[in-house]
Amino acid sequence: MFDFSIVTQAIHTALLSIMPEGLAIFLECVVVGVCLLLMYTVIAIVMIFMERKVCAAFQCRLGPVRVGPWGTLQVICDVFKMLTKEIITIRHADRFLYNLAPYIVILASVLAFSCLPINRGMEVLDFNVGVFFTMAASSIGVVGILLAGWSSNNKYSLIGAMRSGAQMISYELSIGLSILTIVVLTDTMQLSEIVERQADGWFIFKGHIPAIIAFIIYLIAGNAEVNRGPFDLPEAESELTAGYHTEYSGMHFGLFYVAEFVNLFIIAGLAATIFLGGWMPLHIPGLDAFNTVMDYIPGFVWFFAKAFFVVWLLMWIKWTFPRLRVDQILTLEWKYLVPIGLANLLLMVIVVVFKLHF
Amino acid sequence: MEITLELIVFTILALFTVVSAVLAVTTYRILRAATYLLFVLFGTAGIYFQLNYSFLGAVQMLIYAGGITVLYVFSILLTSSQGDKAEQIRGYKLYSGLAATLLSLGICLYVTLKHDFRPSHFEHGELEVTAIGHTLMSPDKYGYVLPFEVISILLLACIVGGILIARKR
Repeated sequence: MFDFSIVTQAIHTALLSIMPEGLAIFLECVVVGVCLLLMYTVIAIVMIFMERKVCAAFQCRLGPVRVGPWGTLQVICDVFKMLTKEIITIRHADRFLYNLAPYIVILASVLAFSCLPINRGMEVLDFNVGVFFTMAASSIGVVGILLAGWSSNNKYSLIGAMRSGAQMISYELSIGLSILTIVVLTDTMQLSEIVERQADGWFIFKGHIPAIIAFIIYLIAGNAEVNRGPFDLPEAESELTAGYHTEYSGMHFGLFYVAEFVNLFIIAGLAATIFLGGWMPLHIPGLDAFNTVMDYIPGFVWFFAKAFFVVWLLMWIKWTFPRLRVDQILTLEWKYLVPIGLANLLLMVIVVVFKLHF
Repeated sequence: MEITLELIVFTILALFTVVSAVLAVTTYRILRAATYLLFVLFGTAGIYFQLNYSFLGAVQMLIYAGGITVLYVFSILLTSSQGDKAEQIRGYKLYSGLAATLLSLGICLYVTLKHDFRPSHFEHGELEVTAIGHTLMSPDKYGYVLPFEVISILLLACIVGGILIARKR
């Protein structure tokens, strides 16, 4: 199994030999930050391309095909178009908050993104309360969306922001409950430790019935948390033009757009990490030859394969179901998902106490 | 006193927090005040992370930055309209506010300067989450089970009260 910490250790010792420790750590932080942002952007571009292709496949179309082979350069051209567009400033609006809002959204997204363990030894933020921190970081995005809706001085934006805020606050609860179910099973909240514990079987197999229920609740709530799928009424174009980012143009709109897609990836990556084993290869206890063969595939390949598989599941849901009404969304959360989640948590506690898991 | 990386980080965080706090009380627009309050909470969370107490930092971000501030912003959005500005404070209000500020500054300074601090050092390694959980749930001498339960009853009462007020029939 390839261990990335060998590379980081080598860089660290090389830097320490030519400069004091403080400066070395500072330089490393800068490099890690730049790499993180680069990966963030690349994943956003891949996600947007995937969204367009998957959407086209579900609607029996081809999707982008003209620019580059199979349309692969289309999104990159879109990015350059977005970068060169004018950023419009609105009259009679709070300009400071208007300009700040997209950055709060992107900050929350990057913070949550940096928690995902990609390979053995390749995790940026790895606290012992990792899962908790990820949820805390992603909960800040709501503030940015509310500020964007308010400072746009547009009632459609405001309605979209209010809907989005109510929806995200509600569904955070279900996400928390389903993650808590797995934390009960693992007795740790550190993401790298959670992955290590899945060496002899992923949690969705080890936790059997409660884990599968938690996974389904997580997928539904995760789709709602990123304002997508059947839950995209904050930006319901038939009634609200584009919701909270109606008034944004150029790269400010681009930041919202990128954050939405990377948030989808974060939801999928977290699902892959806590339910499907993250970068841990598929191990079946007893079949040693099979496990050794699986170990030859590097961890980041496993992680990205699982994450994009979950992304594909979420896109399938998005392009299959019609949009829900706002009261239906809140009913689904408060009358169905939260009680089921609580009962499921109890079930998982029973399973763990009586050692009924594998 | 030598300048270390920790000191620089702390200075940046402290400056950020203080400047945001001052801006939060001096701005005339209420939503901007809420945003600066968010920055203050970020700054304090940053200091907790620097002290390696990541649990408290994450709680600060989840409860205060992600919860309380969202609550404030929501209530501001529902009650005030675009362009609402706070009135200029004049007369006896200004002087009484100034007196209260100076008094609390004096108390804070007195306590801070009088207190005998232990020599400061940054501990490496994090606090175990299980230790926090056991303390939160233990009925022993330094356990917090009673405050924990009292707070949960308070929150339940708040929820029931909120539903009672919001219900039409």
